Amino acid sequence: MEILISVIVGILFMSATYLMLSKSLLRIIIGTAILSHGAHLLILTMGGLKRGAAPLLGESASSYSDPLPQALILTAIVIAFGVTAFFLVLAYRAYQELGTDNMDKLRGNEGND
Amino acid sequence: MINFLILPILIPLVTGVLLIFAAKHIMLQRLIAGLSALITVIVSVLLVKKVNNDGIQTLNLSNWDAPFGITLVSDMLSALLVLTTSIIALACVIYSFRGIDEDREKFYFYAAVNFLIVGVNGAFTTGDIFNLFVFFEVMLMSSYVLIVIGGTKIQLRESIKYLLVNVISSALFVIAVAYLYSVVGTLNMAHISVRINEISELGQPGIITVIAVLFLIVFGLKGAIFPLFFWLPGSYYAPPAPVLALFGALLTKVGVYSIARTYTLFFYQDGGLIQQLLTILAVISIILGIIGAIAYWDIKKIVIYNIIVAVGVILFGISAMTQDSLIGAIFYLIHDMNVKAALFLLVGIMAAITGTSDLRKISGLIKRYPGLGWTFFLAALSLAGIPPLSGFVGKLLIIKGGFESEHYWGAGIVLMSSLLVLFSIMKIFINGFWGTSRDYEGADKVSVKRMMAAPVILVAIAVFYGVGSEFVYPYISQAAETLANPGIYIDAVLKEY
Repeated sequence: MEILISVIVGILFMSATYLMLSKSLLRIIIGTAILSHGAHLLILTMGGLKRGAAPLLGESASSYSDPLPQALILTAIVIAFGVTAFFLVLAYRAYQELGTDNMDKLRGNEGND
Repeated sequence: MINFLILPILIPLVTGVLLIFAAKHIMLQRLIAGLSALITVIVSVLLVKKVNNDGIQTLNLSNWDAPFGITLVSDMLSALLVLTTSIIALACVIYSFRGIDEDREKFYFYAAVNFLIVGVNGAFTTGDIFNLFVFFEVMLMSSYVLIVIGGTKIQLRESIKYLLVNVISSALFVIAVAYLYSVVGTLNMAHISVRINEISELGQPGIITVIAVLFLIVFGLKGAIFPLFFWLPGSYYAPPAPVLALFGALLTKVGVYSIARTYTLFFYQDGGLIQQLLTILAVISIILGIIGAIAYWDIKKIVIYNIIVAVGVILFGISAMTQDSLIGAIFYLIHDMNVKAALFLLVGIMAAITGTSDLRKISGLIKRYPGLGWTFFLAALSLAGIPPLSGFVGKLLIIKGGFESEHYWGAGIVLMSSLLVLFSIMKIFINGFWGTSRDYEGADKVSVKRMMAAPVILVAIAVFYGVGSEFVYPYISQAAETLANPGIYIDAVLKEY
């Protein structure tokens, strides 16, 4: 199961990289979202998938699953969510102000002469 | 156990929340922001004293014992950096009273500054690797707001790039933490160090090297080392002077601190490959930074490229890993935070008077603004490390350490870089302050005297820090002691474990 998830993580990273290399701002943002999904899935896999009972005191099992990766993912998801929302708003505002979402036209050269 | 060390995080946090509610009352905002910055400085001074007297302070949040809960750790290094951060925050807040327009002040400028300080102080204080990530995000989120606040075209354009680079580096951070967790099964930094030591007894496994390089990429993106500094000159150029000062002085240095912390605590066993990599990257950063600083004719750009030089010098000190070079690196780190903030604020004043940052359109400022000129001169000498000003001691010790550890080439380049830094910054002084005096439109509206308060404080500290090195030295060497012997840090955190 871990191998399968690792392959999925790889595919997610691959598509994220592809999207982030494109010129359209919206594709780039979707790319970053997919990248963070891949990272979150990776944490879950790295902690080991289901290894035993739920980590509750009442369950008197011989082994328990590690609850920590889930706590980490929860934190990371909230942060990624906030950043993506901010990014979308920023991109929209930049599009209104600059009139383009093509990264080629967003090069800057102030103070470069 | 003591709750004291959380105050430099808590005070800006509460202030930031308060300021959101006071957004439309500018005077009230200034009062609250100034007062709380002052209180943070006082608390940080007390914290440094406390650490000096009683050794490393730790705080286990919610009483979960280390290594299970999140631990805040304040050793001398982090206490000193928290103090420096608080002083710079105070200076930037004072400067902003005059140096930033009212529209920005109304749109939560002071609140964002306070949240930024929460993130920076938190990153310096935390003893938990995932918590470090969270504080990084707090810091980055506020920096996104600060870089775009005002919404001019150049700011919007550059903040997109800044955000994209940092989102990617955050994802890499999560990935690096995930790998580390799967190998060592813990997140407490002291405990990670113990575990890595255990597995490395029979030679370091390759995965640790992979993780080390991943961390170097993550922190290198924040700290702007070669080859990951490409985003910095463009992005830092966009925001106004006080924001630029905060970014230039604090954000890159958080990356440098994180490299210092992780490389002395986690990855010190493998003396070979990783350290060599760090040395080479540091030296290349110095060279490329210098080339940029000399090439440009824009006062902001010149100082921005000097950030990259300084990061390289500090990292060279850390990578040499001798007692002297570590002391030198910490000396230089604190010096550089202080003097970069002063320089950015001074450059901001120059740009405000002349309405441009193109050096070729500026000349003869010293006739009308002698105070500004001489303060800038002092700051410039201090940056280049002319004795007895503050950069000297740090650079001396770094070079000494470099020679001791037989990095002759690197030490030589650090030495040469001082000269070229002096040249690049004197170029601003000679062309901008000397020569025929010109009339600038709108120069009369700028109240230079009031804006000068903050940089004068910072330059005074720089002078004291250099002249009074004898007084500062014990604190710095105590900080370097912890870096050189991770055992001290580990014992302090895991005492009951």
